[in-house]
Amino acid sequence: MTVVRAVETWTLEPLTQYVTEAGARLVLLMTPAGQVLAQSGFSRAVDVMAASALGAAIVASTNELARQMGQPPFAGLTHQGRRHGIFLSAFDTDRGTLVVLVVYELDASSLGLVQLFLEQLVADLRAASPKAGVPKHVLAADFERELNDSLNSLFGR
Amino acid sequence: MSTPHSPLGRALDLITRVRGVRGAMVVSRADGLVVAEQLMEGIKGGALAALASSLAGRLQRAMVSAGLGPSQFWHLQCDQGALLVVPAGEGLLLVAVTEADVNVGLVRLELLRAAETGA
Repeated sequence: MTVVRAVETWTLEPLTQYVTEAGARLVLLMTPAGQVLAQSGFSRAVDVMAASALGAAIVASTNELARQMGQPPFAGLTHQGRRHGIFLSAFDTDRGTLVVLVVYELDASSLGLVQLFLEQLVADLRAASPKAGVPKHVLAADFERELNDSLNSLFGR
Repeated sequence: MSTPHSPLGRALDLITRVRGVRGAMVVSRADGLVVAEQLMEGIKGGALAALASSLAGRLQRAMVSAGLGPSQFWHLQCDQGALLVVPAGEGLLLVAVTEADVNVGLVRLELLRAAETGA
């Protein structure tokens, strides 16, 4: 069974259920800025950092693309490879906009399953999310410590 | 989702004309998405497609592991209806959702005919 690790514990239960039901190989829940709230399936911190940075960049790029086209932001983005599929989606919660990055093996799951159970994940996260507080001003000096703390939480250290 | 005049629409039309059929769909086997559908209200096409394709993948592996070769037709009987599925070509599944007292043989025939015509 894949373990879900979370910086913000309210995400644990919805994400654990999602990983099981959708048969996802890797899942990353983050803010559009790339701050990771929870992860499942990653074994190295460097992979989490790379995936969150790239995922956030893709969301920013596609949002801008949608804006240029005069459209609302895309609901989801999918990429299918030979053995794996990647699905990226952003949605609003009381915690703010969140982004979920899902990697699934084509032998074990499918885009249909990933999308089907995403609806439930979004509903569960919306129900569990804390109300948005005043945005915290992050000082450069705090940033590295906060990043290390988050990574420690994400890998159970 | 599909127009009645498209090949997929015509194939689904023939299946849903059978008495007791509540809907029919063409599903992409690899990704579990709906390609075309004619469903009665209340049937969740997206969920059905995702779960049917997932089940098809697992059944396929079970059949091959048992040395029986790929499945040609499956019939999932439930309390209030049934799910009938026929693989269509390499990448598609034809799915029919029926009532419990449907003529399964007739639906199967229409599904196989539709699969042969390349739906």
